[in-house]
Amino acid sequence: MTETVFVVGIDGSDAGERALAFAKDRAKAVGDCTIVLCYVIEWSPFSFQTPEENEMRHKRREEEISMAHSRVLDPAVAATMNDGVNVIGVVKHGDVAEILDGLAKKHEAAQIIVGRVGVRGLRERVFGGVTGRLVASAAVPVTIIP
Amino acid sequence: MKKLLTAASLAAMSPVAVAAQEASLDDKINDAFAASTGWFVTFIFAPLPFDVAGASFPWIVMWLVIGAMVFTIYFGAIQFRAFGHAISLVKGDYSDPDDAGEVSHFQALTTALSGTVGLGNIAGVAVAVGIGGPGATFWMIFAGLLGMASKFTECTLGVKFRNEYDDGSVSGGPMYYMTKGFAERGLPGGKILAVFFSIFCILGALGGGNMFQANQAHAQISGITGDYPGWITGVIFAVVVFAVIVGGIKSIANVTEKVVPFMGIMYVVCALIILLVNYDQIGWAFGQIWAGAFTGLGVAGGFVGALIQGFKRAAFSNEAGVGSAAIAHSAVRTKEPVTEGVVSLLEPFIDTVVICTMTALVITISGVLVMDPASGNFVLNEAGTAIQTVDGSSGVQLTSAAFATGFSWFPYVLAVAVVLFAFSTMISWSYYGLKAWTYLVGEGQAQELAFKIIFCIFIVIGAAAKLGAVINFSDAMIFAMAVVNITALYFLMPIVKAEMNSYFGRLKSGEIVKHKH
Repeated sequence: MTETVFVVGIDGSDAGERALAFAKDRAKAVGDCTIVLCYVIEWSPFSFQTPEENEMRHKRREEEISMAHSRVLDPAVAATMNDGVNVIGVVKHGDVAEILDGLAKKHEAAQIIVGRVGVRGLRERVFGGVTGRLVASAAVPVTIIP
Repeated sequence: MKKLLTAASLAAMSPVAVAAQEASLDDKINDAFAASTGWFVTFIFAPLPFDVAGASFPWIVMWLVIGAMVFTIYFGAIQFRAFGHAISLVKGDYSDPDDAGEVSHFQALTTALSGTVGLGNIAGVAVAVGIGGPGATFWMIFAGLLGMASKFTECTLGVKFRNEYDDGSVSGGPMYYMTKGFAERGLPGGKILAVFFSIFCILGALGGGNMFQANQAHAQISGITGDYPGWITGVIFAVVVFAVIVGGIKSIANVTEKVVPFMGIMYVVCALIILLVNYDQIGWAFGQIWAGAFTGLGVAGGFVGALIQGFKRAAFSNEAGVGSAAIAHSAVRTKEPVTEGVVSLLEPFIDTVVICTMTALVITISGVLVMDPASGNFVLNEAGTAIQTVDGSSGVQLTSAAFATGFSWFPYVLAVAVVLFAFSTMISWSYYGLKAWTYLVGEGQAQELAFKIIFCIFIVIGAAAKLGAVINFSDAMIFAMAVVNITALYFLMPIVKAEMNSYFGRLKSGEIVKHKH
């Protein structure tokens, strides 16, 4: 039997924690399972920047990645390992829905697990939140933890 | 500065006394400015020792045209061959997903564009068409298309020879490719060129990137609110720019970044609507542009006048060959310098071939230029220096009047757009100037602060000076940059050619592939 992979999105929020907790329970139940834990830094290559921002961009990116590791991802990876579940930690820049779906395809995941983030602003009401877009575009089943 | 403060304190006390003080202050600034810069302007725009088609021809215009033609021929019309590939690169088709979060081709292009799209497209085109007639548009488009090859050359070099520091930040631009590129080819003189370029770049930043912007922003605002002294606009602008570049108040810069592209799109849409409404005249307008390009249709200086104006305003608007874009484009994250060169060739296309042409068409179609119905030629003003306009306006106000024939509210929108364009161009050029400045005096907070303060003072001077003096100085400095930069490009173009052949060879062989799934 081949290994089962779950892609889990976390963002340091309680919703992300709940998604991870759910994924760990499922992983234990399945047995031979790896969790791909991903923290996405929202980023668009089509945003507008000043020359100074461009000049410092590489440095900022490194800082963002190291901060994501130290504050959110590494503790979550460590906690998951302690629970005896295989885990891979990933930090990526981009669109959350696109990145999670891409990871699911790359690792041939069985499902994507994310926490539900409440609909906040007008923008999300109009364009749909991250979870909405993920559900609409994902190639594999998506589990949303309330 | 002290004088300004005195005037400002007077303003608070007596409104009557102030009026006299203000007028004389503007005049004093203008006179002092014209007197101190006149000799350089005369030198830059000196005519060739022989006449071209019976008219005197500034050597600097010839310099730019020949440069752009040489690059076009040398790189095998790269601007047409690589146009489709440029669009693919901007879309991110060839971007490595692992580099997400770095400066993308799109970002490098739009940052550079926000420094070039602006008053050159609105005021500069009006000046060109006002003096050279619609025929100037033909030469402007021609210069824009050729200029794409100059841009390709300088931006490829900008990325190739940029400095990458330990902390990951980057600094690039002509001063770096002049020193490093000349050293690589074993040529002497790179350092001297770099110093000259930096000096002209600092002055260009203060001229075209600053005073011209402040000046036209003031003209536009006072056109709506009624006349008032220019230094007041200057001080307000200076305070806001100071807050951004010295105070690091990101929120202002962030707002402009979001609003400026929106304004640019809105400007093009308005122009398109006016053109669509008058669709039956588009053919006539192009006829005027075509005929005027070769006959001049009675404008000052005949067809050579149209050509000179077209080339001058195109160079001033898209900055191809000037070297400024190489500074902005060098921040991109790419392993292939040629890719950024290819992307940058879209800049003169968007700026000049698309946006400038729209402005010119609207001005031509709107009928703001006075024509003699009998001869079909344009009527010159009393001095015989420019075409007479319906309301006697020139520069931004002429564009504003032309657009107002389609939308009566347009002058208000244009006033906001001009202020924002002026602001974003100032921010971009303060950066270009600063890079040249730190190249000369060394990096450090005190040095940077000194330049930023000088930059803000020049905003006030620019807003107070008369248009003629400012435009001449701005042009002269921007072109002086081009003299040094194009000289360096001639020596360094074999390096670009080697890069280009290697890149396109690998692209053709399938070694470089699209990353898009």
